[in-house]
Amino acid sequence: MTENPLLTAHGVSVTLAGRPVLRDVSLSLAAGHLVALVGPNGAGKTTLLRALSGLLPSGGNVHIAGDALGDLSLRERAKRFAYLPQGHVVHWPLPARDIVALGRYPHGATDPARLSPKDTEAVLRAMQAVDVMEFAERRVTELSGGERSRVALARVLAVEAPVILADEPTASADPRHQIDVMKNLRVTADSGVLVIVVTHDIGLAARFADHVLVLREGRLVSQGAPADALSEAVMADVFRISAYRAEYQREAVIVPWADL
Amino acid sequence: MSVQAVRAANDEAARRRIGVTTALAALVGLLVLISLGIGPVRLSPLSVIDALFGGGSDVSQVIVREIRLPRTILALAIGAILGLSGASLQGLLRNPLASPSLFGAPQSAAFGAVLVIALGLADVRSYALPVAAIAAAFASVFALLTIAGRNAGLLILILAGLAISSLAGAATALVMNLSSNPFVVLEIAFWLLGSLEDRSFAHVMLALPFITAGAIILFSQRNAFRALTLGEETAQSLGVDVGRLRLVVITGVALGVGGAVAVSGTIAFIGLVAPHLVRPLIGHDPARLLMPSALTGSALLLAADIAVRLIPSTSDIKVGVLTSIIGVPFFLYLIARERRALGGGVA
Repeated sequence: MTENPLLTAHGVSVTLAGRPVLRDVSLSLAAGHLVALVGPNGAGKTTLLRALSGLLPSGGNVHIAGDALGDLSLRERAKRFAYLPQGHVVHWPLPARDIVALGRYPHGATDPARLSPKDTEAVLRAMQAVDVMEFAERRVTELSGGERSRVALARVLAVEAPVILADEPTASADPRHQIDVMKNLRVTADSGVLVIVVTHDIGLAARFADHVLVLREGRLVSQGAPADALSEAVMADVFRISAYRAEYQREAVIVPWADL
Repeated sequence: MSVQAVRAANDEAARRRIGVTTALAALVGLLVLISLGIGPVRLSPLSVIDALFGGGSDVSQVIVREIRLPRTILALAIGAILGLSGASLQGLLRNPLASPSLFGAPQSAAFGAVLVIALGLADVRSYALPVAAIAAAFASVFALLTIAGRNAGLLILILAGLAISSLAGAATALVMNLSSNPFVVLEIAFWLLGSLEDRSFAHVMLALPFITAGAIILFSQRNAFRALTLGEETAQSLGVDVGRLRLVVITGVALGVGGAVAVSGTIAFIGLVAPHLVRPLIGHDPARLLMPSALTGSALLLAADIAVRLIPSTSDIKVGVLTSIIGVPFFLYLIARERRALGGGVA
């Protein structure tokens, strides 16, 4: 993972309200990978996503494609990191198409009714990639949870950023839809994007990610290929569970099994 | 759905918005003509146009251009800035119940003006009044920002705004309470009701620059409101400096509303009602709501100001009273309609 890294972090620390949430996190991630970020509740997963994208000020350095995060303007950062927050909040009932078009905001396309041909193509590509064209004109508030999260994903894809940060994109989705989301992110990663996904689902992480980061109490305690990063020792130590382990169709299968 | 169908739907939505905006502008134009024609001497819209452009009798020219034009311009501009401020705050807070009074700026502006009247520094037609109102509106916004902090959440802003408007109301009451001159108290009480009667071009010249500056500032932020649809954090991730946006919007609202309150007293609920009236026509996009909300605000205040001149009564009905009488039940209706969302604690 360290050859030609796209995103590097050195000694990233975050203190919120006097409490250290991230302590000295260093990592180096390359383009074209789907990285799963796992850890118990309160381990600092969301905080790490925010610190990596500059949404939260942090100690230490983050570099994206060789540029220090601190030297980039808000707009430049927005072009490089597409951020998918938890919950897919949409406050006004806008048509799905306009939500997806907001993905072009960092590129200066602030008005969905006046997109350049380039921006229009990016929006249509993103909508086709996650198959939301059929409800492009419907208000997002009228869509089902699964449809709405696909629209949210399309919005993130439309940024066409080198890094996608997705915070629990599969939470509260049914199994089929969870696989659907992860497959879309996998395809996106395969197209050369660095995708970092926060998830509590060890099984999905093992199945789809090619690199896993394990956080505990703000520290990066394990990383590597799924089967290595989520070794028996890590599962016992970090999650205090044992897991059923197998291999199926040449993918690691890790199913949380019993508490310890 | 095909690419062509998406583009066609986009074009259709754009045509609809232009149509609605044009219709609203025409309505405002018509109301301006009626407003200029209504009064002790009734003039038809045609003779009003004639008088405006230097035709007709000298008497009708004086009536239209010197007596009624300032009042009409103020109704137009104040209605517009109230509608625009309401739509902007609703966009900023992503809350359909937001309105300028939420930040306590109008109440504070009124307090500033009342203080000037009570201290006998000036009478209600002097320059000191608007200056004090604008200064107080600014002071309240600065206080709000200091209390809430730069990166405060919206809940803190709303609570701080509530506290400040309560304080301004209490301070206004105290000033009236302590005043030894019953005529001054009466004058204040009437001024607080909100009116556009007997306003001159001096009033227009004092309010208009601030209203215009506020309107330009608010309108320039329209696309950031659309990004805020996805919440503050996502808007920030899209490149919107949310902390700065909040500051800019509050400044725009303070300028516009402070200038407006200074010459008209408090005219409430236009800012709340206007965006709601246009949403069914043009959709919920907070950026597209700004211009139609401003036009609707103008139309509402012009219509209310025409109505107070038409309603037969023994004494003058103040336009601020009329907008509140109509606005408060509407506000309650909105609370009832939004009850589920509000109770659900949608952030």
